[in-house]
Amino acid sequence: MADEVQASDADGEESSRRDFLYLATLAAGAGLGGAFVWPLIDSMNPAADVLALSSIEVDIGSIVAGQGITVKWRGKPVFIRHRTAGEIQQARADDAAELPDRQADADRVERPEWLILVGVCTHLGCIPLGQKTGDPKGEFGGWFCPCHGSHYDTSGRIRKGPAPENLAVPHYTFLADGIVRIG
Amino acid sequence: MATRTEFKNPLIRWVDDRLPVFTYLDHEYNQFPMPKNLNYWWNFGALASVVLVLMIVTGIVLAMQYTAHVDLAFESVDRIRRDVNYGWLLQYIHMNGASMFFIVVFIHLFRGMYYGSYKAPRELLWMLGVVIVLLMMGTSFMGYVLPWGQMSFWGATVITNLFSAIPWVGDAIVTWLWGGFSVDNPTLNRFFALHYLLPFVLFAVVGLHVVAVHVTGSNNPTGIDVQAPRDTVSFHPYFTAKDSVGLVAFLMFFAAVVFFAPNLFGEPDNYIKANPLQTPAHIVPEWYFLPFYAILRAVPHKLLGVIAMFASIAVLFVLPWLDRSKVRSANYRPIHNGLFWIFLADCLFLGYIGANPAEGWFVWGGRIGTIWYFAHFLVLVPLVSMFERPRPLPASISEPVLKEKR
Repeated sequence: MADEVQASDADGEESSRRDFLYLATLAAGAGLGGAFVWPLIDSMNPAADVLALSSIEVDIGSIVAGQGITVKWRGKPVFIRHRTAGEIQQARADDAAELPDRQADADRVERPEWLILVGVCTHLGCIPLGQKTGDPKGEFGGWFCPCHGSHYDTSGRIRKGPAPENLAVPHYTFLADGIVRIG
Repeated sequence: MATRTEFKNPLIRWVDDRLPVFTYLDHEYNQFPMPKNLNYWWNFGALASVVLVLMIVTGIVLAMQYTAHVDLAFESVDRIRRDVNYGWLLQYIHMNGASMFFIVVFIHLFRGMYYGSYKAPRELLWMLGVVIVLLMMGTSFMGYVLPWGQMSFWGATVITNLFSAIPWVGDAIVTWLWGGFSVDNPTLNRFFALHYLLPFVLFAVVGLHVVAVHVTGSNNPTGIDVQAPRDTVSFHPYFTAKDSVGLVAFLMFFAAVVFFAPNLFGEPDNYIKANPLQTPAHIVPEWYFLPFYAILRAVPHKLLGVIAMFASIAVLFVLPWLDRSKVRSANYRPIHNGLFWIFLADCLFLGYIGANPAEGWFVWGGRIGTIWYFAHFLVLVPLVSMFERPRPLPASISEPVLKEKR
């Protein structure tokens, strides 16, 4: 037996046949291993019930100008603010100001009176203050993040502090007057 | 064995000089001399370790989705099957993996019994194996409780109540096990903690089991010792290849169950949420506990029944000393060989009895099966080993192999 193996090893053709079988086995093993590992990894991605909660409908009919509410969407706060005429004007005027993440106010809203933002500071994920009466609103009358001092304006744009980007605007649609779907 | 392997790769050599892991791997899984006459029954140790790894990795990701709380556990398992990506697959692999583990380990155990692998110098190897079986039983029992179905709950109630048979302190021990006055949330929480812990203990004992077999070397179908290098072949490629063939066949069987009959080994009642106020009409343990369950019920006394059940495993620990014959393999022991097959049939028979209600002839059948079980170990095996005249053994491992070839 052992002699046969050695004899065939010396033979060029037999040895390449063995190499092929060896590589084919390895490849099949790697394929099977991958096919098993992928479900393990993918099981840690958002599950169907989590994805099913990825859009919400909010009744905004009762929010008067100057008021804002916070709703939870995908586990994060979303700021919905009914802006006053003064705030809209301020935001538009600031289009020309020095903006670290330049964006016009008109590009951040669908209807000027409704400003809808993901209320998560783009620095390290804290929730900026400014939703409640009496909260500090920062130097630009919008929001102020207490963690590391980022100031956002009345359009939710970053004006001062370490945050690199404006507060994100989620995808949303006005379904009817007074109802908005986020996500 | 102590000599170092010389590696060409300088990085491997650098590591190996400081921590000889590569030398160890080379010695134990590459060059390691294996008897060249091993048959496919020697695959099952390797299969068992593969199943253990599969159970640990699927278990870790399932634990990320599972909620150990009486109000949420059942729903969280349902969510795993319905909502989690590939959750159905992982849950079915894990659930059926327990059955696969026992199938493989029982075959491994009976192989050891048939070929006398428990005899000197492998007694400790065998005893570590019995410890592994005990750990598997504890782990699988607690895992079965986690989905919090009717069978989970009532299985947990019955098994924990076994300890109430202990005189004087029984009730106090059961209360302590439960962390309350019935199987409830504290019980579920501690079972989850232990179900996560025990597989790693199991892994460590499997490690000792492997170290032990690499000290004595594998037994073989003739049961005679390896005498010369010509009786052996190296582990790689001969047994890596042979184990791989067996592994592929086994995984095909495993996959067939997972994909086409995932509830083959399960009880439908476990898809009903646990109800502490109603016991299912017919309560049975998982199939791998059935023979032991039959032994428990065969003894018409609470404490003695529990003792008999634990003794049925404990007796395996002393098997190396009950069997006095110097000949290992049952191939050369005509009477012992017959006894082995009767014993195997008796275990299957007890399993059948355990699956049926304890009434009518099942009661007497269970008693006869139980008496035979203990008589086998305590009377028949010792006596036969003393008086049996074994057939002549071959002169070497190579001899019968070469004969067959002609």
